[in-house]
Amino acid sequence: MDITFNHVSYIYQKNTPFAHKAIADLSFYIPSGTFTAVIGHTGSGKSTLIQHLNGLVRPSEGEVTIGKYRLTNDEKPDNMKMLRNLVGVVFQYPEHQLFEETVKKDIAFGPKNFNVPEDEIENRVRDITTEVGLPEELLGRSPFELSGGQMRRVAIAGVLATKPKVLVLDEPTAGLDPRGQHEMMDMFYDMHQRQALTTILVTHSMEDAVKYADNVIILNDGTKYMEGKPEDVLTQREALHNVQLDVPEMVQFINAFSEKFEQKVPFRRQSEAELAREIRQVLKGAGKDE
Amino acid sequence: MRNKIVEFRNVSFRYGEEQPWVLKNCSFEIYENEAIAIIGHNGSGKSTIAKLMNGLLFPQEGEIIINNRPVTQDSIWEIRKDVGMVFQNPDNQFVGTTVQDDVAFGMENRGIERDEMVRRINDTLSAVGMQEYRLTEPHKLSGGQKQRVAIASVLAIFPQVLILDEATAMLDPRGRTEIMKTVTNVQEKRNLSLITITHDLQEVVEAERVIVMNAGEVWDEAAPRDIFAKKAELRKIGLDIPFVAALSDELWKAGVPINNEALNHEELLEELWISHSIT
Repeated sequence: MDITFNHVSYIYQKNTPFAHKAIADLSFYIPSGTFTAVIGHTGSGKSTLIQHLNGLVRPSEGEVTIGKYRLTNDEKPDNMKMLRNLVGVVFQYPEHQLFEETVKKDIAFGPKNFNVPEDEIENRVRDITTEVGLPEELLGRSPFELSGGQMRRVAIAGVLATKPKVLVLDEPTAGLDPRGQHEMMDMFYDMHQRQALTTILVTHSMEDAVKYADNVIILNDGTKYMEGKPEDVLTQREALHNVQLDVPEMVQFINAFSEKFEQKVPFRRQSEAELAREIRQVLKGAGKDE
Repeated sequence: MRNKIVEFRNVSFRYGEEQPWVLKNCSFEIYENEAIAIIGHNGSGKSTIAKLMNGLLFPQEGEIIINNRPVTQDSIWEIRKDVGMVFQNPDNQFVGTTVQDDVAFGMENRGIERDEMVRRINDTLSAVGMQEYRLTEPHKLSGGQKQRVAIASVLAIFPQVLILDEATAMLDPRGRTEIMKTVTNVQEKRNLSLITITHDLQEVVEAERVIVMNAGEVWDEAAPRDIFAKKAELRKIGLDIPFVAALSDELWKAGVPINNEALNHEELLEELWISHSIT
């Protein structure tokens, strides 16, 4: 589903002395089936942006469209529930939202609410359990007896069980160990591709943005600061520093290398192995000159 | 020779008799004024170590000695003066209605006199760069600022050991840098032993010594350089290696003759420079 933000502003506690503009005149277009990373330091408006995507809040000004659904200040879709069925949001620390007696009931809660037939729910729960890497024998256990990583997976399975078309991920790997982080991001990416989802990842990790995103949007003070392909945006050191962000570590290294050896090595989201071979070429070439 | 400040002697711990062992026969020592990082995958026993160090938990087997004093039910109040902890979630550790009340709380519990309290509040808040926020309500602070106040509250007790249990995990990159700068600064000035429990590789690289935990056991204990030389093994136990170490490895595989020991960009660039000058 295509997503557009059209001159969107959002004001918290409007018409009070505490009024605060969290998003200001924000416009962007996210084509269906793409993977977008939204980056910005704390307080840049990322969370408010997310809340617009499934109608938790509506714009104070401007217009948000998600597929055929349209949200403005005085207009909401007749079928908000349908919209929420299509947009799955994994909030930060989603395991804090677990509440059911068993893992199975927790995963089934979403689809049940959306009136999915019993036998279909059964199937979905089983499939998704495997997909998120939970052993099936955990289904009868209380979610509160599980490890933190497993609880996170249960919560995510609950979101995926509604079969969303748009997947919104708010720092989904925060607090996991490195292996857990890789596994989880790879799982989301795999699902993104296989089910042709439109995925929006809010992250602090420049490395994840480089690895998975087709496009990045940099937010600052509630407005769009930069937008484009990761290799174009995330290489702009000065511009990123101005909004308290840093370029990915590989870009830092490539810049320093290019300077020291007086030969430009381009950043094109290469792997470390590819970069190593490029460096070897540069070193060889430099050797010949002397 | 530095003095021993923390000692684990053959420590084993589990949460209940039916439960699996979380720590198995762990022994290690930490010295005065030393900066240590403890790493390991989730469930490797890292955080249990922290909780054992200030008597939030007690081991079933073995002995823990802090500042020459065994950790027992009777000694925990003394121990907790020596061992301060900052946890992961900045929102879970505030009790005061203002920043200075919060720093005062721990001191009030220990019956420190008012004049001394005022002095320490000023000292510790300026040490973490939060003095101008003395009268601010904690909920108005950013995550990084909250953690700095939490560190100040702990420092006000004059601990010998400061434990950061994934204290930067919930912060954005700037917040992380802020905390690490603060901590390094205080550590140098106050003769503290610093124990950082973390997944953040930058924090690990900055430590003097690293203890690697795996499945409840001490898997290795060495300087960061030596730890990150064991790349394949680290990956096998679910840990990451820093970008520089990973790239060095690939360079070596690609046939670039380098030492493969660099820990930061400057060192790796220097190795490449030398390698290119001799070829």
